[in-house]
Amino acid sequence: MKTCLIVDDSKVIRKVARHILETLDFKVEEAGDGKEALSFCEQTMPDVVLLDWNMPVMSGMEFLKLLRQGGHANQPKVVFCTTENDMAHIRAALEAGADEYVMKPFDRETLHVKLQLVGVA
Amino acid sequence: MAISDSSSRILAGLLEARTGQQLTMSRRWRIETALSGLMRQRKIASIDELITLLVMNRDARLSDEVIEALLNNETYFFRDRAPFDMLQRELLPAVRNARLAERKLAIWSAGCSTGQEAYSIAMMIAEDPLAWAGWEIEIVGTDVSRTVTDRAREGIFTHFEVQRGLGIQQTIRWFEERGDQWAVVDQIRDMVRFEARNLFDAPPRPGQFDLILCRNVLLYFCNAKRRDAFDRMASALKPDGGLLLGAGETVIGQTERFAADRSMRGIYRLAGGRDADRRATGS
Repeated sequence: MKTCLIVDDSKVIRKVARHILETLDFKVEEAGDGKEALSFCEQTMPDVVLLDWNMPVMSGMEFLKLLRQGGHANQPKVVFCTTENDMAHIRAALEAGADEYVMKPFDRETLHVKLQLVGVA
Repeated sequence: MAISDSSSRILAGLLEARTGQQLTMSRRWRIETALSGLMRQRKIASIDELITLLVMNRDARLSDEVIEALLNNETYFFRDRAPFDMLQRELLPAVRNARLAERKLAIWSAGCSTGQEAYSIAMMIAEDPLAWAGWEIEIVGTDVSRTVTDRAREGIFTHFEVQRGLGIQQTIRWFEERGDQWAVVDQIRDMVRFEARNLFDAPPRPGQFDLILCRNVLLYFCNAKRRDAFDRMASALKPDGGLLLGAGETVIGQTERFAADRSMRGIYRLAGGRDADRRATGS
């Protein structure tokens, strides 16, 4: 069973994403901001991170840059999942090392295909 | 509020008469949801009032709008993935080899809804420019609903629609931002054209298509209509052309015009067509 770390400051989004991911047979972990997510990854690297952009303490982009620069082995796939739905943000995310990008709102089918495309579903 | 049997029957009769589609019991639960927007817009208080207006037949546009609302336009890019993988890996290369002399490819997306299937094929071809350079490509999308073919022709999709089935690299390659929506780029749009056309009308280009995709459409028809649709599609295909249906749809027991291609799973060929003859004799 693959592990997905959901990083989002919204409990509602985490709950919805958890529900979808569990139906896709993922073991789900949660973090409320980038710093918490980074601590989690230093302990146990997930297979994939579902990452919000705007969060308190540490944003998704800061987290992603630190994760990719950190020289960690077994780098997870990172799927941004955000309301930042414009081309400039998408390009910035890909340049920083994101593997996929989900624009909120999304549904199960969308998330499933994105996870298939990055090779974890 | 439950919809009475008589109201359901009137709506089902209207839909079938105009489109050939059946409003089966499994679809009747969503009638009210499907019609709620139209009823709100038209200030119609109840299904019974709507039925009365339809029966009085004083407003021809109302029945058109009811039909549009009842049709299921669910679609997304590269829907179900597997048939598109097969298209890319096996079917399109085979068609390409067969057409090397004329370098023309014609594909019909029958029941195209808002165009995602037709655009997906266009993207797939555009992503293999070495194979298709110099080819004349024609992808035709048809649907009984003028509303959806108009939308398909515009090629403008919401955030939600543009990412359903597409990877982000495909989104940024084949779409450009248009306000808070996404417009398909001209290179892809120019490969595709859309027509409002009933499956039971004459096909868009009789005898000229290399491939027909008719997925998740025929399940809404009764057996007689389905047979009729198969006849129309048979008349639209080249003798060695292929038909691709939706998952769970088949020609078996539905028509004698098509037979399964034994070497390409999920593809149907004209029964007695050139390829079927060749494969049958093992030549």
